[in-house]
Amino acid sequence: MKQKKKGEKIIFETEKDVPLMPMSVGSMLFNKTGAWRNIRPEINLAECIQCGICWKFCPDVAIAIENEFPVIDYDYCKGCGICAEECPTKCIAMVEERK
Amino acid sequence: MKKVIMGNHALSWGAQLGRAQVIAAYPITPQTQVVELLSEMCASGALDAKFIKVESEHSAMAACIGASLAGARTFTATSAQGLTLMHELLHWASGGRNPVVMGNINRAMAPGWSIWTDQNDSLSQRDTGWIQFYCSSNQEVLDTVIQAFRVSEALLIPSMVILDAFALSHTYEVVDIPDQDKVDSYLPPFNPPLRLTPSDPHAFGGLTSPEHYFELRYKLQKDMEKVPALIEETGREYERMFGRYLGQVEDYRCEDADIILISSGTAGYTARVAVDELRQEGIKAGNLRIKVFRPFPFEKVRQILARAKKVAVVDRNISYGHHGIFFQEVKSALYGYDHNLPIFGFITGLGGRDVTPATFREIAHHALAEDKAAEDIIWVGVKR
Repeated sequence: MKQKKKGEKIIFETEKDVPLMPMSVGSMLFNKTGAWRNIRPEINLAECIQCGICWKFCPDVAIAIENEFPVIDYDYCKGCGICAEECPTKCIAMVEERK
Repeated sequence: MKKVIMGNHALSWGAQLGRAQVIAAYPITPQTQVVELLSEMCASGALDAKFIKVESEHSAMAACIGASLAGARTFTATSAQGLTLMHELLHWASGGRNPVVMGNINRAMAPGWSIWTDQNDSLSQRDTGWIQFYCSSNQEVLDTVIQAFRVSEALLIPSMVILDAFALSHTYEVVDIPDQDKVDSYLPPFNPPLRLTPSDPHAFGGLTSPEHYFELRYKLQKDMEKVPALIEETGREYERMFGRYLGQVEDYRCEDADIILISSGTAGYTARVAVDELRQEGIKAGNLRIKVFRPFPFEKVRQILARAKKVAVVDRNISYGHHGIFFQEVKSALYGYDHNLPIFGFITGLGGRDVTPATFREIAHHALAEDKAAEDIIWVGVKR
């Protein structure tokens, strides 16, 4: 049986340490939400026309442009498939994750 | 500079002098002129603000919250159905510690459809975590908007500046419009300690676990408790600079009063006329006008009522199944302090029915004729 991964948390000891406004305090830096993914986008760069549409549409800002080509950040990509849907050359395939 | 302006325009002038930077509003009778004049001020350049047209009051408050979070001084105004449509967002503004300042024109809640005054719209927002100021003159409206920006931004708690439909919103009075330079030195620019900024990115208002939510609410209450002292301090400072004191309550001839009438809003002015008339009849009457409803000025009310022999609370509102809302607040202020002071709770003037000096005289005579109140609600002016 698989072990459930232990989640990390930021817990403040006293009210004085809690920020005045309800706001994120950086837990996403170590809570890698890409683990929620069931299917992963894989880009066939040979057919990529560098249009940047996948980068623009990614709702989680998990696609960066490096050296003019898209690079997926699998630490945060949740596998929604919007990039594959929007890609004009259909060079992004959604592939089942093996867990 | 003195000008003859309507109550609604006193709100607009307050927002202009306060240099509001973002205004998002949706028109509703009897608030419309507030927004009309602000849009003209923005169009002419007299007010350097972004005016955002929205499709509802819910969106108006949402836009103000976003702008406030980005560090802009924000203002809006609404009334009754609009205010209650905002209800969810009122919690967002206070819970998110966004010091939006909003004018609310007290208008009776539908149904039956009404555009006339009573206080149930704003009083039913009692527990949303907003500061509430109930004004009784156009001058007070203008001055209070400026003070509200100061108090709200210092403690990061939003404020409602409230005035009666028509009795004040559409009534013209002489108003002293302070010089911009002096207002600028009273009210420094808004500079929140935390804000939406690309240089320090955070998500605001997201999921907050039971580990921290409780502490956020504790901190809001602790800061709310600082409001009375800050209103006194900034009200005195306003008096030194502009000659008009802005406090939590206003007492009139209460020192030697046998009966103290408690009122709010424009009825507070009417009550003063009634007090003078009662004094001519030989009755020692006084009036305590409660201006700030949240946080409730418990200390001030206790101090002034310490000298009273009888108290009559006049409510232009009702908590169905209980009684007048100011009445219950006054009683809770005195609990444990004076068990013997007879307090009478009157309800009158719902849905814009006139409240005149004769109404207050009738109330005073009723309270003076009885040792203690026979009923929790004494209805004045109901046709029955």
